[in-house]
Amino acid sequence: MSDVISSSFVRQDLLAERPAPVKTTGFIGLMRTRLFNSPTNILLTIVGALLLWFTIVPSVKFLLVDAVWSGKDRTACLAENAGFAVGACWPYIQAKLPQLIYGFYPEAERWRVNLTLLLAVVLLLPLLIPRLPAKSLNAGLFFVAFPVVAFFLLHGGGIKGFGLSWTAGLLQLFDESIVGAGQALITSGRTSAVGPLLWALGSLIVLLGTLIHWLIFPLTWLRDYLQGTGQPVWADFAVTAAIVCLIAFALGGGVRTGGRALASSIATFIGIAIVIRLMDLDHGGLPIVTTNLWGGLLVTLVVSVTGIVTSLPIGIALALGRRSTIPLIRIFSIAFIEFWRGVPLITVLFFATYMLPLFLPGNFTVDGLVRALIGIALFTGAYQAENVRGGLAAIPRGQSEAAAALGLSWWKTTSLIVLPQGLRHVIPNLVNSFISLFKDTSLVSIVALFDLLGSLRASFADPKWSTPSTAFTGFAFAGIIYFLFCFGMSRYSLFVEHRLNAHRRN
Amino acid sequence: MSTEARKPPPQIALKIRRILGGKAGWNGVAVQFAFAAILGWIGYEIVSNARANLENQHIAAGFGFLRNNAGFDVNQTLISYTGSDTFLRVFVVGLLNTLVVSVVGIVFATVIGFIVALCRLSPNWLLSRVGEIYVEVIRNLPLLFQILFWYLAVLAALPNPRQSISLFGIAFISNRGLVIPSPIGQSGLAPFLAVLALGIVASLALRVYARRALFQRGQVIRIWPSVLALLFGLPLATMLVFGLPFTFELPQLRGFNFAGGSRIIPEFVALTVALATYTAAFIAEIVRAGILSVHKGQMEAGSSLGLSRGATLRLIVVPQAMRVIVPPLTNQYLNLTKNSSLAVAIGYPDLVSVFAGTSLSQTGQAIEIIAMTMGVYLLISLLTSAIMSVYGWRVSRSLGA
Repeated sequence: MSDVISSSFVRQDLLAERPAPVKTTGFIGLMRTRLFNSPTNILLTIVGALLLWFTIVPSVKFLLVDAVWSGKDRTACLAENAGFAVGACWPYIQAKLPQLIYGFYPEAERWRVNLTLLLAVVLLLPLLIPRLPAKSLNAGLFFVAFPVVAFFLLHGGGIKGFGLSWTAGLLQLFDESIVGAGQALITSGRTSAVGPLLWALGSLIVLLGTLIHWLIFPLTWLRDYLQGTGQPVWADFAVTAAIVCLIAFALGGGVRTGGRALASSIATFIGIAIVIRLMDLDHGGLPIVTTNLWGGLLVTLVVSVTGIVTSLPIGIALALGRRSTIPLIRIFSIAFIEFWRGVPLITVLFFATYMLPLFLPGNFTVDGLVRALIGIALFTGAYQAENVRGGLAAIPRGQSEAAAALGLSWWKTTSLIVLPQGLRHVIPNLVNSFISLFKDTSLVSIVALFDLLGSLRASFADPKWSTPSTAFTGFAFAGIIYFLFCFGMSRYSLFVEHRLNAHRRN
Repeated sequence: MSTEARKPPPQIALKIRRILGGKAGWNGVAVQFAFAAILGWIGYEIVSNARANLENQHIAAGFGFLRNNAGFDVNQTLISYTGSDTFLRVFVVGLLNTLVVSVVGIVFATVIGFIVALCRLSPNWLLSRVGEIYVEVIRNLPLLFQILFWYLAVLAALPNPRQSISLFGIAFISNRGLVIPSPIGQSGLAPFLAVLALGIVASLALRVYARRALFQRGQVIRIWPSVLALLFGLPLATMLVFGLPFTFELPQLRGFNFAGGSRIIPEFVALTVALATYTAAFIAEIVRAGILSVHKGQMEAGSSLGLSRGATLRLIVVPQAMRVIVPPLTNQYLNLTKNSSLAVAIGYPDLVSVFAGTSLSQTGQAIEIIAMTMGVYLLISLLTSAIMSVYGWRVSRSLGA
């Protein structure tokens, strides 16, 4: 016992301080561990620093230090007058800014463009912030109501009828086409070898057309009657609203549960009425600004927003078609998707510009911008279809099997169970394809539409501003705009992806 | 007495239903009939409208125009072409130009892409930041913007031929493009090429033999000295015997332009630079993702076996990463080929520019020309995806085995 005590040791004085461990955090630590820890790394660091030195420094010097900030025309940006090697020529951007943003949109009407952009921002921002409520209302307003309002704001013009007239007109067009096809078959039946067969088929189709003609007769009669009244738009509006509300009420479940559907459809029609009244659509609306006057950032945004809004339904339809069990629909969807994905966008735009007008009836002219929009919608729709299909494939089979066990139909299974879950998965992909669509809109400048890049290129030709640095300045400005939009969207897509995968992080 | 299994009932009606309507049965048949009727109606409308419109414009449909004289010049041709050649020849010239710019772009894009990916994966902090900045800036600017930037800003800012920038006195860069020495074949060319081909074949055979020896007998054969001798020594020896295979004709400045040498037009330079740098940013991300997809344990296992870092990368990490990298990489090559159609914006004579652009505006045969142009690109992408599905099948088979 005693020797245990005797061998115990009690330190009498303090230990000397050990040197602090090598710092591995902060800037010093970073330099020590990741920049200068070995000869190879020192060499690489020097290479990297040299690369940065030869790119960043000249850019900053060009954009800020050597830049000319004020002036009236090109003389201000010439080296002889400025007294130094001139960098960016910012007064040129200042002079061309309206052209780069609005194109040749009349100056007195530019408030309409500003208002549209403001509306877009007000509707889009709450849609992008996940925490805010009323997403379905917001999405409905942005994807359905906003494009219509934006069209009447930007383009101007009014309406002559409403839902009933449009439906009657469309049905009549369809009927005429069917009768025309039947008569063509009958006439070709006179010369062909299988004449009687063609004749019988043609007669059958003509009979069908006549039947449709009598079926839609009440509708066309009502339209003609309404056009005869003093207020055709409002009379048509009232009739359409009454019919749609009644249908919604009946489909919603009648007296028992239809109240909600009735209320929402009445609210929608009140909203539409307010918009028609505010914009005076029944009396010709705002003055018309034809699309050949549009340009700059306005066209870039119009094309990309229309592209995304129209391509999403096309993409969903094609994705569902590709998963369909019905052979013809599946084959058609696959062929359609693979065709548009296999060709470059520029040939699609050529197709839309030169070939599409040939396919339409001769008396039917389509605006140049609309043609490009149709091409872009088909092209992007095919890409969206593959995105959406990826999301649908991520839904376990058990979900749709459970729905089938509950007795839900295919439509209800798809719209209530599969699509809502699948679309949530693909939001990052949708944003990414929106980024590439935004970049691809620059291609419309090749088919003579002046988007941001097209306006920029047009502005280079102005002799009033031609200096050696004009092109570089213009590209710097447009590049910053494109970069801000695309980079912002890609960060947003990362944020959503992070949020969606919250359960997978550890 | 053996009880034989009874044959299943033929169920002919069921089979017909299945063939006609798929899993959806008679409903499917009805839907298909309605769908076919709608498609037929749309097709009829398109054909009848197109026929009426073409009649109004006095254009004869059909491919007969391909035999007419084109009557315009093309400023870069790989095969001989003059203005009096036919539109069919214009089509071939444009197609060859598209393929040339795509192949050159793909080579450069792959090299730059792998370098940037290595930068991004480098343990050096600064270098990985530089790689990241490159990728972010390039990916977030439209390709057409970059093509126009190189063509209208950078190349236009170059001096004229008299003050051109000289690269070691053999190549000259000016705003008329890049002038390089052109090789002229001499008498020694044929034996030189034959020996070079022989050397390549022999080294490939040697490699196959060495790998078989390694896998079957575990015998390591060092082949690189003999490969080096085959690829460089043998051609050098032939050169000594037969004389030089070709001499270079150097470009000379004469008057306001260069004489001799071959000129690469500025449109080609701008398009190649833009396509290569743009696609390289995407390739870099693909390569990085592929290498990161290989589990960390593989690298550690390699080093615990005593392999060096380079050997681990070469033998263990890269073969596994390639499996992830190759399909999206092919996709990027395809994208580059399709994006080369943007040449039309700066007037490089590719397929879209000379055929769907100039020829279309001269003949007005919109349907035929655009269908042919789209068909070419469609064929290229379908072929690529067919090859890729064979590749994917082989990979999954080798993984399953």
